[in-house]
Amino acid sequence: MTYNADKLPKKNLLSLQIDVSKFEKASDAEKAQHETMRESTTFFRDGMRKLRKNPLAMISLFVLVALVLIIVVVPMFYPYSYEQMITVNGKRDKTAKNLAPFTYSKNEQKAIDEGQKIFPHIFGTDELCRDYFIRVLYGARVSLAVGLFASLIVLVIGLLYGSISGYFGGKVDMVMMRIVDIIYSLPDTLMVVLLSVVMNQVLGNAMKGSIVSKIGPNMISLFVVFGVLYWVGMARLVRGQILSIKNNEYVLAAQAMGAKPGRIIRKHILPNCMSVIIISVALQIPSAIFTESFLSFIGLGVQAPMPSLGSLANAARGGMQSYPYKMIFPALIICLIVLSFNLLGDGLRDAFDPKLRR
Amino acid sequence: MLKYTIKRVLLAVITVFIISAITFFAMNAIPGGPFAKEKAPDPAVQAALEARFNLDKPVPQQFVIYLKNLLHGDFGVSLKTGRDISQIIAEKFSVSAKLGGMAALWAVVLGLILGSIAALCRNRWPDRLIIFLTTLFVSVPSFILATILLLVFALTLKWVGVFDANNPNYVLPVISLMLYPMSYITRLTKSSMLDVLGQDYIRTARAKGVRDSLVIFKHALRNALIPVITYVGPMVAYILTGSMVVETVFTIGGLGTEFVRSINNQDYPLIMATTIFLAVLMVIATLLSDLVYKLVDPRITFD
Amino acid sequence: MNEPLLQVKNLCTSFKVDSGEVRAVNGISFNLDKGKVLGIVGESGSGKSVTAYSIMRILVEPGRITGGQILFNGEDIVKYSKKQMREFRGKRVSIIFQDPMTSLNPVYTIGNQLREAILLHTDRNREQANARALEMLQLVGVNEPEKRLKQYPYELSGGMRQRVMIAMALACEPDILIADEPTTALDVTIQAQILELMQSLQKKLGMAIIMITHDLGVIADMCDEIIVMYAGRICERGTADEIFYNPRHEYTKGLLRSIPRLETGHARLIPIAGSPVDLTNMPKGCAFASRCDNCMKICLGELPEELDINDFHKASCWMNVRQVYEEAAAEKEAESK
Repeated sequence: MTYNADKLPKKNLLSLQIDVSKFEKASDAEKAQHETMRESTTFFRDGMRKLRKNPLAMISLFVLVALVLIIVVVPMFYPYSYEQMITVNGKRDKTAKNLAPFTYSKNEQKAIDEGQKIFPHIFGTDELCRDYFIRVLYGARVSLAVGLFASLIVLVIGLLYGSISGYFGGKVDMVMMRIVDIIYSLPDTLMVVLLSVVMNQVLGNAMKGSIVSKIGPNMISLFVVFGVLYWVGMARLVRGQILSIKNNEYVLAAQAMGAKPGRIIRKHILPNCMSVIIISVALQIPSAIFTESFLSFIGLGVQAPMPSLGSLANAARGGMQSYPYKMIFPALIICLIVLSFNLLGDGLRDAFDPKLRR
Repeated sequence: MLKYTIKRVLLAVITVFIISAITFFAMNAIPGGPFAKEKAPDPAVQAALEARFNLDKPVPQQFVIYLKNLLHGDFGVSLKTGRDISQIIAEKFSVSAKLGGMAALWAVVLGLILGSIAALCRNRWPDRLIIFLTTLFVSVPSFILATILLLVFALTLKWVGVFDANNPNYVLPVISLMLYPMSYITRLTKSSMLDVLGQDYIRTARAKGVRDSLVIFKHALRNALIPVITYVGPMVAYILTGSMVVETVFTIGGLGTEFVRSINNQDYPLIMATTIFLAVLMVIATLLSDLVYKLVDPRITFD
Repeated sequence: MNEPLLQVKNLCTSFKVDSGEVRAVNGISFNLDKGKVLGIVGESGSGKSVTAYSIMRILVEPGRITGGQILFNGEDIVKYSKKQMREFRGKRVSIIFQDPMTSLNPVYTIGNQLREAILLHTDRNREQANARALEMLQLVGVNEPEKRLKQYPYELSGGMRQRVMIAMALACEPDILIADEPTTALDVTIQAQILELMQSLQKKLGMAIIMITHDLGVIADMCDEIIVMYAGRICERGTADEIFYNPRHEYTKGLLRSIPRLETGHARLIPIAGSPVDLTNMPKGCAFASRCDNCMKICLGELPEELDINDFHKASCWMNVRQVYEEAAAEKEAESK
């Protein structure tokens, strides 16, 4: 193999004007300046950057924050109550039944004509002459609270159980995971229904008159059921994460280099499993809200007069053709909440799941 | 394989036993017992119950007797109607099975197609549209979806007939039942398809000169299917519980409606029997999907 | 002079990502003659594999050939249609990959995957294809070939799978075999076996080979020519002897210092300091400058041109220009004296 020596023959070089100074050795500082280094980012910062670039996730986050602000703040100065009939001049207004949005009852109209100011019924009223807007707000409150609290229960139990199992390994892990396997194979929705039926009876009698009864035995049983059944998914996830991270080469490498366990947990295990756990919690909330609305549908939801979005929508099914808005408002808000959590969860996964990075 | 099968079957049997136990003892925990006198309207029913459950005997013994009867397919009698429950289940389940079977079939077929399209058109409009719609569908509770479909397409637009026992029109019920699992399968297929398309063996196939369509249908889809199979178990579970909602909304006289009614009526023997029956179905579905999963994927070592 | 089998002219390949354009291959040119073995050496990210994928045109989104020509027997395959390309792949040029564990489809048998390649590019029927598959397995030294045909990839060891990959690549008698780090994922003893196999097959079948590796030592005695790549550019090329004993680019020198060699057994291995450049943001001048011990001011500002060292050797390093200049100056001085 030979090359044709046609390019830049040696002699020609000499005819070029060569600046000798250019051939001086470059200093380290010059060398360092030369290369525009890649901007170093941390895992978290990089994830946040990706999340901020995801419009759907950001809109969802905004919607959720706005919604939480509304349901916390608005009821504080809203003139109607979620459990009481509308009153006009201190009297119960029985004409304010099933009003359409932004309309007034006969009595109210009279009062307005007399020069009184009456706050409009933004979503109308229900069949018991209660302002529907505030009921939907309370419903959203209850639904969100159920979702958050149930997910919190799942997170705490699952995290503890999973990390104990993953950390100790061996026989402890085996026994703990067999238990999880069995609970995991139970059909959860059916068990929720069954336990709700039973707890409703058991707690219903035991709680009569106490403060807890306001939340209703159904809600308590929902939480108990979540605590008993739904944590297994989280426990499996946490255990799997810890096990796989524990055996990763980079953790072994860190150990070999003499990193202390504290550093390994902080630097390697936590960042790698936190993201997955957060994502799973974000996606657990809508599933809890779904379960609550399902229970409301089969008549095992929150205790009247306390509304939840599911029970409101379910109650409205009867008069669906005459008063469609009563169905539409709570339904819309459930969808908005669940959709936002789903999109936010997806966005978080895209931004933070280490497995998806490249 | 045999060892794995035995292990899974054993787990399934244990699960069914535990479900029966939970159901039985939970029902027994209800104050006054599930078969308390004031709940049965008819002394004849009450007598049948007492005979069936041997209420005079201690609870653990009652449980053993109950289990024995279950094994014979004897679920007892309904508290409200006094009818034999195994008869009720047999009759109502045929309707539910038809509805659920159609929904499951459509969910799988459409989910696989849509998921593949989304993966292949990644980040283009078909992908975005499909993902948007499926995200929307998994965000609507089934009873709201069913009610809205009923209101819009059957009552307002009158495009499809309302379900009627004499003139059963399954279109809307099947759609309402199928949208959630279909969306789930779509998303599952998309992500597993994308995962597979990034694998080295896909590159090998392309480097061999295999045409793109064959790369997808021969080399990618079969691998992408593997994770979808694991969803079949949960899907059956979803469809069985979902049918409670859909059947009630569309007033279809299936097992789902019967279950919801039994809860509202506090018809405990019926609740118990239906729970166990549905749970067994779900456990079997999960068992089968696990076994098929091992069959389809030759990589799995059978330990 | 005969026309080379494969001519790569000023090939540029880049990947569009969020943070910009990753220019993985930056205008490289080389020729490959019939029946010759070309080695491409460089560290991870130097653009070796991307060069190979560009020749096969199996880049995945968002990778794209952005410039240059790839001439196979004088025809530019960059302009080939999808159909032409399918006929080209596997038949004219085949490739084997780094990781045999993942490069075979797990759900199909070895026989099925071998047969697929044969049926695609030849007129053989199923039976003949099977016979050919069997023949190929024997050729690459797979024991019990009949049994293997019915087995799934997971039932074979890594070395065995790589043999199957080679059999698959050679089944249609391609003119060129590209081997993309074929031994990196294998045990050392298996590595030697696979290399030996490739060498003997090359002699037997007479195809040209492009051997891609990050390990200079591995390919030293089988290559007719070696190309050293850094940051998507060729920094040095020549015969194996020239590259090994007369390296003329600072990067090649660094590479050689970092591999163990028997003859200089007493010397310490010296790693190359620093890390590869950011390909989305290529610096002016020589890409290796910031890691180079002998970096000069000109290296930071201007790209060195390729300079002939001798008939068998070219390098793109300002040190060579400087040397020529110094020699000439010394000559002049001697003359003037």
